Amino acid sequence: MFAGGLGRAAQIAIEHQVQVGDFFGAEDFVPVTQAHIMADTESLGEEGVRWLESLASEDGGGARVRVPTITDPRGTDFAKTAVLKQPAKFLELERRTIEAFRKLGVSMTDTCINYQTIQAPTRGESVAFGDTGVVIYSNSICGARSNYEGGPSALAAGLTGRTPRYGFHLDAQRRATLRLRADWTPRTLNEWGALGGVVGRLAGNYWAVPVIEGLEGAPGSDAMKHFGAAMASFGSVAMFHLVGVTPEAARLQDVDGDLLPVAHRIGEAEIRALTASYAKDEEIDVVVFSAPQLSIYELRSLAALCAGRRFVRPLLAVTSPQVKPDADRFGYTQAIEGAGGHVLSGMCFYQSYAREIAEANGWKRLATNSTKLVNILGGYGYVPMLASMEQCVEAAEKGRLA
Amino acid sequence: MIELIARHAIGKPVAGEALVAHDGFSARYDLDRVAGKFSRPTHKLAGQSYVGKILVLDTAKGGVASAWMLREMSSRGVIPLALVFNSVNPILAQGAAFGGVTMLAGFDGEITAQVATGARVEIDPARRVLRIL
Repeated sequence: MFAGGLGRAAQIAIEHQVQVGDFFGAEDFVPVTQAHIMADTESLGEEGVRWLESLASEDGGGARVRVPTITDPRGTDFAKTAVLKQPAKFLELERRTIEAFRKLGVSMTDTCINYQTIQAPTRGESVAFGDTGVVIYSNSICGARSNYEGGPSALAAGLTGRTPRYGFHLDAQRRATLRLRADWTPRTLNEWGALGGVVGRLAGNYWAVPVIEGLEGAPGSDAMKHFGAAMASFGSVAMFHLVGVTPEAARLQDVDGDLLPVAHRIGEAEIRALTASYAKDEEIDVVVFSAPQLSIYELRSLAALCAGRRFVRPLLAVTSPQVKPDADRFGYTQAIEGAGGHVLSGMCFYQSYAREIAEANGWKRLATNSTKLVNILGGYGYVPMLASMEQCVEAAEKGRLA
Repeated sequence: MIELIARHAIGKPVAGEALVAHDGFSARYDLDRVAGKFSRPTHKLAGQSYVGKILVLDTAKGGVASAWMLREMSSRGVIPLALVFNSVNPILAQGAAFGGVTMLAGFDGEITAQVATGARVEIDPARRVLRIL
């Protein structure tokens, strides 16, 4: 492969992987069963799209991925471009990118919740996943093994069927490095996200692995989705353990947590303080549910809250192309859009030219129940505010966040 | 002249002016990549231009977008001359490899305390050396 015997595209991919492996001192490669590519065109730009098209034309246009390779959300929902008001030149980049991926044999799943909708990896399964929320969920909840694989590296893994063996592919990297105790258990998704944000800030870097004791009950998949996505967003964290919940930490000592002192106790006040730090205004311009994409259960809850309401501010609910048809069949889409909202599919709000759609629509003050989203959007010029799903729906109806 | 040795290195030799802060780095979260400035209001370098500077920061933050973005920023010439960190996540290493950006990471001691903003700095990735001139 390195010598080019398996084609130029595979050679380009393995050369990139060797560079990355050398940087981290990887001794060899590990085979992967699936790859997941983050490749929104805001990130790629014209340069990245040209590179992708060039790669797809290698080997006489015959280059193909060797293992199942899927995609993270795209930068638009082509059925809702009139709502988003994205510039036409960006939509053209999207079309070119999709065409290039299809040539390479990539399956356009366009989802960041593939562990809920496509195929969750199993314990010990090595994968090359390319969305921080997907990686932290897969490592922590599924017990699978992945580093953060950015778009070029995830695509390289798809083309070669392997990835450099470093980081979370190694047993030693999966041991706890930071022991935390939670004195309060969140109830709502925004509270789970806020706890994830607090843990992410405390952990602070990719190589830290927090182990958390004290949480009550068995949190569900959506709670862990928001918890992990926020932790990854705030701290670049790729793996956590919950004692008695996650598969590698049935007991604290299973991840060497008993060898660590309790570094910090997290109470309700810290979670409230993180939320309050985003409460900048009472008026809001738009409500967004996204990052991660909503599961069918989240859409069910949202649809129930929309009954009998009429929104005076736009409400956008973003889900995956796998969930959207079920939301249509079950009447959830009709309930949300009947109140004046929009259900978008296959995109993510912050990966969809967030700065440009803010300017085009006059959106600045944004309410959401996603802790990950409030962390990201400050850099895009928004004033993001964190609240519960119920409070956000009410804000869309009244124009004010109570 | 002071020489500091990094554990991880990639890219070509460069020399330039340092811009330093004990804060994180994410191309998506922290930058206005069109204007070439730090845009996140809470970032310690908010409002400052990073173009052509040797950025010395604590660690990588946030998501995977930087893996694509460094090459895109490089294609427009609106990019730091080099990146220097206490620690990096794989995304920035992958982005540096993909974008041809010089980067060092992993030092004995706190790198953001050892280099001052405005200092003239040389980076020699082949020897994993940062020189403060």
